[in-house]
Amino acid sequence: MLLEVRGLGKTFGGLDAVKGVDIDVPEGRITAIIGPNGAGKSTLFNLLAGFYRPTSGTVTFRGKDITGMKPHRTVREGIARTFQTTQLFEDATVLENVLAGCVVRSRSNAIDAVLRTPRYRRDERASKERAMAELEFVGAAHLAHEIASKLPQEAQKRVSMALALATQPRLMLLDEPAAGTNDEETEAFGDLIRQMVDRGITVCLVEHKMSMVMNLADQIVVLDHGQRIAAGTPAEIKQDPLVIEAYLGAHDHQAGARP
Amino acid sequence: MTTALSPRALGVALVALALLLAPVAFSEQQYLLRVVTTAAIYAIAAYGLNIILGLTGQLSLAHGAFFGLGAYTVGLLTTDYDWSFWTSFLVAIVGTTVLGYVSGLIALRTQGAYFAIFTMALGFLVFITITRWESLTHAHSGVSGVKYPESIGPIDFSEPATMYYFVLLFLAGVVYTTHALLRSNAGRSLVAIRTSEDLAKSIGVNVAVNKQLAFTASATIAGLAGALFASLNGFIGPDSAGIDRTFEMLLFLLIGGLGTVMGPLLGSLLVAFLFEMLQDLETYRFIVLGPIIVLLVIFAPRGLVGYLNDLVPARFRRTDTTLSAEPLPAGSTTTNDEVL
Amino acid sequence: MTLFVQQLANGLALGGIYCLAAIGLTLVFGVLGFPNLAHGALYMLGAYLTFFFLTDFGLPYVVAILAAAVVLALLGVVLERLVFHPLRNKPHTHHMIATVGVMFFLVALVQEIWGTGFLRMESPVDGQVSVLGAQVSWQRIIIIVTAVAVLLLLTWFLKRSPHGQAIEAIEQDRIGAALVGINPSMVSMVTFAVSLALVAIAAGLVAPINLLSPGMGDALGLTVFAIIILGGLGSLPGAIVGGFAIAIAEVMASTYISVAAGEAAIFVILIAVLAIKPTGIFGAVAQR
Repeated sequence: MLLEVRGLGKTFGGLDAVKGVDIDVPEGRITAIIGPNGAGKSTLFNLLAGFYRPTSGTVTFRGKDITGMKPHRTVREGIARTFQTTQLFEDATVLENVLAGCVVRSRSNAIDAVLRTPRYRRDERASKERAMAELEFVGAAHLAHEIASKLPQEAQKRVSMALALATQPRLMLLDEPAAGTNDEETEAFGDLIRQMVDRGITVCLVEHKMSMVMNLADQIVVLDHGQRIAAGTPAEIKQDPLVIEAYLGAHDHQAGARP
Repeated sequence: MTTALSPRALGVALVALALLLAPVAFSEQQYLLRVVTTAAIYAIAAYGLNIILGLTGQLSLAHGAFFGLGAYTVGLLTTDYDWSFWTSFLVAIVGTTVLGYVSGLIALRTQGAYFAIFTMALGFLVFITITRWESLTHAHSGVSGVKYPESIGPIDFSEPATMYYFVLLFLAGVVYTTHALLRSNAGRSLVAIRTSEDLAKSIGVNVAVNKQLAFTASATIAGLAGALFASLNGFIGPDSAGIDRTFEMLLFLLIGGLGTVMGPLLGSLLVAFLFEMLQDLETYRFIVLGPIIVLLVIFAPRGLVGYLNDLVPARFRRTDTTLSAEPLPAGSTTTNDEVL
Repeated sequence: MTLFVQQLANGLALGGIYCLAAIGLTLVFGVLGFPNLAHGALYMLGAYLTFFFLTDFGLPYVVAILAAAVVLALLGVVLERLVFHPLRNKPHTHHMIATVGVMFFLVALVQEIWGTGFLRMESPVDGQVSVLGAQVSWQRIIIIVTAVAVLLLLTWFLKRSPHGQAIEAIEQDRIGAALVGINPSMVSMVTFAVSLALVAIAAGLVAPINLLSPGMGDALGLTVFAIIILGGLGSLPGAIVGGFAIAIAEVMASTYISVAAGEAAIFVILIAVLAIKPTGIFGAVAQR
């Protein structure tokens, strides 16, 4: 297993946002995490990426215990993430955005930059090559010199993926990669995610668009009220009575589930 | 570097030339040369504030205090303790670095508004210590007779032009450092923090360490500037550590352009000359400057340099880097783009 | 014992002043989300305005304070419209820098009009009263009584009046408040007006027992920041508890240890609180 989550829990002010969650993410596969709104999906992502410190449980990544590790270290370990609402360095160009993602793998420091050491030059060259390559990969190379905030949503989403890819992850956490896109674009993002897997990157995603999840995922984990209520292949999940109830129940209460 | 002379390179070259020739131009007017030297020292300090505020986006109101600590270290050591300037200078730099580091450990546990308030308290604490600890600091009588740097061979620092070039050397150093930083991963990390701490974390930036380094570096630079100031001026009083100093530096930065390479320098020079011209209106100056600060943040947060950059024709900007006060990672894409 | 009662009265009077000033500051923070670094300068201006209305206009003391409060409330509306409204979508660093600009301006303006020296305002009410054997000046009793009255009035305003309820609603949930049709611009203006009126009343009350100087707001500004950090930024009960706690600590430290210790007490408390709990004692817990 690339990532093993055991008994993971997080409480906010006495309320369980996530409780006793177990997840196995196998290497080279796509794992989808679904559940009604407020089921704790985003909290779970924040726990995995180190943005929140778990109150209980463990997270093991490539055999190493990373429970409670700070985000800058989880990124170094090889976990990258995107945000639900696309976050970019808005006034910078697309290329500069992606260059920022190269920082974590760079070896040169401020002193190298001031003295322009060979290490600094090597680093800058390598960063630029990598950034351009990732832009190429997500299909945004032609936008390299555009200002990020001026791009349409869909292009910004691509850039944010290139930014995350530039950190050279082994595990990619995508928080609603298809939110706010039309069917055609959703399809294209699905292809992009498959290509990531082809490159050897394991993908874990939170998504509301069921068509995408069912098409894409090798395994699905269902959360409700912070707890795992089911896990399995898309076919199994579709028939799981607990899942159906969670979604229908949520509908009855207008909690806004979007199956 | 570009073969076609870009307007930016030309601008920088002109400023550099003007600064280099200043002693010749003012050879008959020692007083004016002194004004320029003082402005250059403030500019150095402003570069320090630029690192923590302009690049990293943290409003530190303790900057004047670090300037004052540097000034008092050199002031007291060279007079009451009769140390040489050079040793005192070194102690001042190392001392403010250590103090900056230690106070940063506490200050940077806080964020945003709390950080600003904490650093303001720190600034007042230093100021009050200086005004109350009379046996050490002479409180309001200040410290007079601060030494010039001792001659090195034929270089005589009591000569105004020599002192000027000595200061200019450090100024060039901080300008270049800012420039180099902005186009390096280190600089990108800082600017990422300014833009969004969450986004910075998500790309693996160690927010705590980078803030700590930026804060320490800003304190070091402020201390260095303060040390130079004490020596040039010969006299220092508690005012040189006051919070008004911080606000003046803030003004230089805002006018010149937060987070830019040339902004602090242009801002400091411009305001120095404005102050000279408004000298008769000493008390009025903040009546004018206060509203100017407000107008600048509302209408022109990018400062002078931000706007000059907008004027640069597009053909020189194909690999543009942004320099606004608004968040953005700096850093450049090819070797020939200059961030002013 | 007599000394203690005396100092307790002093502490309570000072606490009343601190509360009024701190509540104004914490209200602005709660509603607009940034610390008004010009708060100390506004307090100073309030004291000078009271002095002006009292001596130059010959208004009665209470009327002079009210007049100063009205002027500052209007100034608050003007500042909100001209400075902070245009900045509403900018990073908070910009707001803070703008407040610094306002502070500069006010201090320079007062220096220009009234000079840089100290001014003494004649105490309008003389005499002392004996409380448990200690002599307490009427002025201090007036301060305590007025502060309590203003606090009660403010509570009524926040709980009962539509404008006040809107302020509370926005403090608690900005988006929710917008959804139920509360106009945030209006609330910002009212908040500034109330905040500045409160600080003017605090300054008017303290003017007879302190000397006036353009720098008088510096120390107070810092003290009220310490108070609202102690009480939690944006928390009204916190500002009241913190105000009295810091005032009594300050008075007792300077009585029983030394004057310098009284001054230092504030910084020590502020720095210690921030070092131990960076979001204040009663501050919101960061959900991390």
